[in-house]
Amino acid sequence: MNRIAGKWIILAILVIAVIIPLVVTNKYYMNILIMSGIWSIVALSLNLILGYTGQVNLAHGAFFGIGAYASALLMLKLKLGFWLALPFAAAIAGFFGFLIGLPALRTRGSYFAIGTLCFNIIVTLIVDRWEGLTEGARGLLGIPGPGPIPLPWGGEISFKTMAAQYYLVLCFLLLTIFVLRRIIQSLVGRTFRAIRGNEELAEAVGISAMKTKLLSFTISCFFAGVGGVLYASYIGFLSPELTDYHVSFDALIYVMIGGVGTIVGPIIGTLLIVTIPEMLHIAAEFRLLLYGLILIVMIIYLPRGIVGWIKGLKGKRRQEVVWEKS
Amino acid sequence: MVLFFQQMVNGIMLGAAYSLVALGLTLIYGILHIPNFAHGHKYMWAAFTSLFLVVNFHTNYWVSLVIAMAVLGLAGVGVERLVYRPLRNVPHINSFIAAIGLLLVLESLSLIFWGADFRRFPSLYDKPIHIFGVAITLQRLLVIVAAALFIILLQLFIKRTWLGATIEAVAQNPEGAQLVGISIDRVSSLTFGIGTALAAAAATLIAPIFLVYPTMGSMPNLKAFVVIIIGGMGSIPGAVIGGFMLGLMEALGGGYISTDYKDLFAFGALVTFLTLRPTGLFGKGVR
Amino acid sequence: MGEILKVHGLTRHFGGLAAVMDLSFGVQSGEILSLIGPNGAGKTTVFNLITGTLLPTQGEVVFQDHKITGLRPYETTSLGIARTFQTTSLFYDETVLDNLIVSYHCRTRMGLWDALFQTGRSREDERRCCQKAEEILKFIGLSERASEFARNIPQESQKRLALGVALVTEPKLLLLDEPTGGLTEEENIGMMGLIQKVRTRGITVLLIEHKMKIVMNISDRIIVLNYGQKIAEGSPQEVGGNSAVIEAYLGVGYGKN
Repeated sequence: MNRIAGKWIILAILVIAVIIPLVVTNKYYMNILIMSGIWSIVALSLNLILGYTGQVNLAHGAFFGIGAYASALLMLKLKLGFWLALPFAAAIAGFFGFLIGLPALRTRGSYFAIGTLCFNIIVTLIVDRWEGLTEGARGLLGIPGPGPIPLPWGGEISFKTMAAQYYLVLCFLLLTIFVLRRIIQSLVGRTFRAIRGNEELAEAVGISAMKTKLLSFTISCFFAGVGGVLYASYIGFLSPELTDYHVSFDALIYVMIGGVGTIVGPIIGTLLIVTIPEMLHIAAEFRLLLYGLILIVMIIYLPRGIVGWIKGLKGKRRQEVVWEKS
Repeated sequence: MVLFFQQMVNGIMLGAAYSLVALGLTLIYGILHIPNFAHGHKYMWAAFTSLFLVVNFHTNYWVSLVIAMAVLGLAGVGVERLVYRPLRNVPHINSFIAAIGLLLVLESLSLIFWGADFRRFPSLYDKPIHIFGVAITLQRLLVIVAAALFIILLQLFIKRTWLGATIEAVAQNPEGAQLVGISIDRVSSLTFGIGTALAAAAATLIAPIFLVYPTMGSMPNLKAFVVIIIGGMGSIPGAVIGGFMLGLMEALGGGYISTDYKDLFAFGALVTFLTLRPTGLFGKGVR
Repeated sequence: MGEILKVHGLTRHFGGLAAVMDLSFGVQSGEILSLIGPNGAGKTTVFNLITGTLLPTQGEVVFQDHKITGLRPYETTSLGIARTFQTTSLFYDETVLDNLIVSYHCRTRMGLWDALFQTGRSREDERRCCQKAEEILKFIGLSERASEFARNIPQESQKRLALGVALVTEPKLLLLDEPTGGLTEEENIGMMGLIQKVRTRGITVLLIEHKMKIVMNISDRIIVLNYGQKIAEGSPQEVGGNSAVIEAYLGVGYGKN
């Protein structure tokens, strides 16, 4: 894509994104956009370990949930404010990612997928049954939103309105994109791709597969946690279903449909999947049917997702989705 | 002491059920190297099929079992042709993702057709009989007996029939098998059909004991994967032994330690095995 | 100048079969040592044991007077042992240049922090990667193919690239596993020249090769394996006349290339 044209397009999209709350006042649509933003962060984080490092992680829902619960508990029980709880909760999610990654990343391919899925189930079970900590199936209520930020010239930014919450999510989305992009384009990102492309060769040129995968996994879980914190504060209520593996499947679908291994792909995938069925008022079961069918069709005919397909049309990267061989 | 035996019997029954489901799975994985993640949901559909027949058409229980096996067996063949065959030459993880898609399709169709309610499967065999002070319903006993029967039949089929031999040949050496004229396509279809039919049998046998509902296949599916990972992917004895081990572990653990966390045993075991011996008890070692 | 690599009593079993049995030899610093033998003699297994891809059942590997038995491949590479693979192994979805850039990673010091904040260290490391990659690119003669994808270049270029990828890690010892596999007569000569160029940089080369013309021409010394054991060792002339060697090859129908 023409460099300069690309920059103008990005600018245009940013402008649109910023203007939206001034134009759209319908709460229903605003809600959809905010949720898309939150899920985009989750999808982007999954893309790091999945698309760029080539490991199919099915535990993402667990880390999203851990981030959400951690922040909620920090705010409710330890009375921490949102702005302190967020980095701590995300760090906790990242930390659990590290802990779980240590045993899990010794496996590969389908074994890794199943192993992470089982971890996810274990997490869900524990969140559901450990009522002393998490209130179990009753869930956590009354999670506070972000406190106001005082401005240096007096007054403050408060987050009571939907528009404010939209901007909050947008800021974090942009921050996530920025950070992930930095990582991906650096030498560190190159090592991720090396592991994805040819793990044996990567080790032969001095890249530790375990350390690299662990790094990618931990960062990935950290940002999933960020998504979780934003969700908890926005909705104000949590239940164990949020850690469920269906969330992991959802994230997988957003990434695969949009385009694995691209920055834009997961965002587009999330937008499409979250907004369109909602707008068309498709019932839950049919939505599920649709996702399933699309996933099957995509993995057979368009494994690089929509964005990957478009890039392929332009003759850019002529690559297949390469997972490490298992 | 009675509690112990009671749990042992439960464990054996659970083990029999897990083995049967895992058998189908290991067959498919061992031959085709496809992690058929939608296996549990086909199991669910089998249960609904036989339920439908028994409730709406008053079919004999055993007839409905056979019909369910046939229907699901054919469905398995269809799925292999449409979904997995195009993905044969790509890394297996793509098949895993396709299986997830399939799982969602099967679950949603079930919700659409049957609704989310939990249903009871009417059973003729739920009078408990007492053996050595242990109460067990005839149905549970039937599960154990039928599972054993199917395991033996499968083993005979693989080892003694020509078709079974072709399956083993493809499992051991696909190129070699092709060279001697064995059609991989046909073996794939056959394997999928048999594997799914076994799951269907397990489902119909178990359905009267537990309830029937659209997500009933999720746990058995995961546990079947736990079983074949512990037992070694592709190993038939592994699936059987792993299945019984898991069944006993759950029954005894659930009875003595905690019912709330009993599902954790399966997954804890899996995590341990994945970390320490990823190729399972009967798989081949690494490095 | 001394032995850069030494293996003592190296043994590796696979089930009941001994792929390598009680093998001992040394590699002199700066030499080109060839490892030859019929198919299945255990040559690639020896490479795997040296680099750490496989664990020996018995025996040890000593590199520059340090015991390296049991270290993982990425660790042996950091210490200065690089290798190529019998079946060409590359990062096929990356360009030729990117293949070389990422392979220099083990000689950089930057970490996540540096990447995030684009510190001086990260910029310095990235510059050095590109510099090194360009240098090796020129050395292996693939400068015009820099932005082509590795999966699209012809086989001979792929073999050169694989060699380049190993060289980028700044090894002191280079293990080449059949670097001329599938190449034509003319291409063989080119590869031979490249290997000799490598030696002039002071890098010791341990070579697995089937083509006798190349082996005889390029090697300082030769070690012959059969059924996992050493059956001969010496200069090309000594080995060429060794009756045990001729016998090992006779029944396998191994012609000179």
